[in-house]
Amino acid sequence: MLTYTLRRLLLAIPTLLLISLVIFLVVDLAPGSPMSEIPLTVPPEVQAKIRAALGLDAPFYVRYLLWMKQFFWTEPLYGIDNLFGTQLAGDAPRLLSYSSRAPVFRIIGERLPQTLTVIGSAYLLAIVIALPIGIYSAYRQYSWFDQIGTFISMIGFSVPTFFTGLVMILIFTVYLGWFPSIFNTSLRVTDWATFKQMLHQMTLPVVVLALYNAAEVSRYTRSSMLENLSQDYVRTARAKGMGEGTVVLKHVLRNSLIPVVTIIALGAPTIFGGAIVTEQVFKINGIGAALISAIHVNDLPVVQTIAFLTAILIVLFNLIADILYGVLDPRIRYD
Amino acid sequence: MPDGAQPVLDVRGLKTVFRTRSGEVHAVNDVSFSLQRGEVLGVVGESGSGKSVTMMSLLRLLPMPPAMIRGGEALLNGRDMLKAGPKELRAIRGGKVGFVFQDPMTSLNPVFTVGMQIMEPLRKHLGLSHDKAAARAVELLDLVGIPDARRRLGDYPHQFSGGMRQRVMIAIALACDPDVLIADEPTTALDVTIQAQILELMKDLRQKLGMAIVWITHDLGVIAGIADRVMVMYGGQVVEEAPVRDLFARPQHPYTRALLQTIPKISGPREARLKVIEGQPPILNAPPSACPFRARCEYRFDRCDAENPALRPVGAGHAVACHWQAPAAPLAAAEVSHA
Repeated sequence: MLTYTLRRLLLAIPTLLLISLVIFLVVDLAPGSPMSEIPLTVPPEVQAKIRAALGLDAPFYVRYLLWMKQFFWTEPLYGIDNLFGTQLAGDAPRLLSYSSRAPVFRIIGERLPQTLTVIGSAYLLAIVIALPIGIYSAYRQYSWFDQIGTFISMIGFSVPTFFTGLVMILIFTVYLGWFPSIFNTSLRVTDWATFKQMLHQMTLPVVVLALYNAAEVSRYTRSSMLENLSQDYVRTARAKGMGEGTVVLKHVLRNSLIPVVTIIALGAPTIFGGAIVTEQVFKINGIGAALISAIHVNDLPVVQTIAFLTAILIVLFNLIADILYGVLDPRIRYD
Repeated sequence: MPDGAQPVLDVRGLKTVFRTRSGEVHAVNDVSFSLQRGEVLGVVGESGSGKSVTMMSLLRLLPMPPAMIRGGEALLNGRDMLKAGPKELRAIRGGKVGFVFQDPMTSLNPVFTVGMQIMEPLRKHLGLSHDKAAARAVELLDLVGIPDARRRLGDYPHQFSGGMRQRVMIAIALACDPDVLIADEPTTALDVTIQAQILELMKDLRQKLGMAIVWITHDLGVIAGIADRVMVMYGGQVVEEAPVRDLFARPQHPYTRALLQTIPKISGPREARLKVIEGQPPILNAPPSACPFRARCEYRFDRCDAENPALRPVGAGHAVACHWQAPAAPLAAAEVSHA
């Protein structure tokens, strides 16, 4: 397993390099220029100077290699400096946003907490809700619980989050006035009162996202449980005199979790990417919002960096899913 | 097997139905049999004759719904299993009655070690500690002839061959020293040499442990090799019951006779075609009011359409459910050897 993991990690390097090149080229070659936001009243020679200052005159491979160097070398050094107070990076140029001239990683660092609290907790909540529902639905197939659960998860799965989000805002904010529709990004949790306030403003977006994710996970759990409940080994477990709890939650669940864990692991990178639409609907100033505004102003370094970080997470979680697969299913051996 | 002693298992009037969209299927109709201590009862019949459903009904291992037990009783040491509460039922399953299933490739849980799967009933029914259960599991694997038992406890089912997995299944069934072992076609999914090994193993275990065995099969050769008594099932009911020698020597029911004739012969002239029983087994969508075999029976007459025959004694321990009187003198053995 260790050899397999190391080999997969090594194989990830060329994959990621290729992805980085593709991302860089696609974003860089796309029509639109960072200069398009500069007012036309700015004289052409000044514009040319700005271009030069942004480094846009250099050929694309120089800019690509510079981006790679900053991504993999300079910025990690700054990160270490930040954590341990060292001075490794010196004053090497940082990866800067075109529009705000702030370091890209600082922008991401500012946005990440919002995204992680809202979308991360929605994802966790979804899993915690979906697993028991999926298990019980399958165990009592065609019961009223199963019928209702299947119906709700079909709705949750098929109705887009911007729609459920707006419906929720309409009901709970406009009519009932229970929850705010706008997420206050500047709220800092320092004591019990602010914590409650945070929970309060998180509720709507978390519920909307959790409904969507829970629908997916519970459907996978249910179908996987159903497939396993009719297997011969379940009858063997019953014939051994095992209680229903042991049969279902030990024998069947362990087998059923294999595909479910894969789905959960593969879905995890989307937490980082931010649920772009949901962040827009609830005005959450997260990674997704940062990405959208960066795309609007052709802020290429921000777009490229967020896209590439997402790609890294996807590759990483694919590996995690494969390793978990091997852990859960002894028939799969990677050596 | 002392006659007249209380049987370890006594089933009376068992009825099981399956509820389907197109009505009820009467899979087991009024089946009665008993099993003495240490006895091996062979249950024969073609697919769909209700052999497995009968045995699984006893332990309520059928999915319910759609299955439903309509009536009857199943006395295990005098106590009715069909009326046992969930807790008592669990104590019987794997404790008093062990079950070996047909397909060893799918009957073990693929994600748990073999040791864990053997130890599970030991810990539950006998309350053994982990170490004691492990020690007992090693004994059991030794008993069923798995070499290097201690090391193999940590192996997963996929690391065993089919025959070895069936030995593991037998070890699980025997773990708590049951009074009755129900073996549901335990050798059907195995190739012939492994079949013979498993058969030898079971005979040997029966000698050593003295439990009663119900052996379900459609292989008459296997029955001849292991059973003391045979019960032939057709259309969800018992059509003939006899001591094993008597059944092969004097089969009474047309179905039994036909079954015996389907066995190909090694000696004698080569046959152009294998013998088959023409026709299909009945679809049991109503409680039988006539003989279930009548459509395929060469001795059919008026009464067969009007009345479902009850078992009637035709010899010592030999009973048949048929209106037709098999001629006493011309032994079926003659017919069999001609066939």
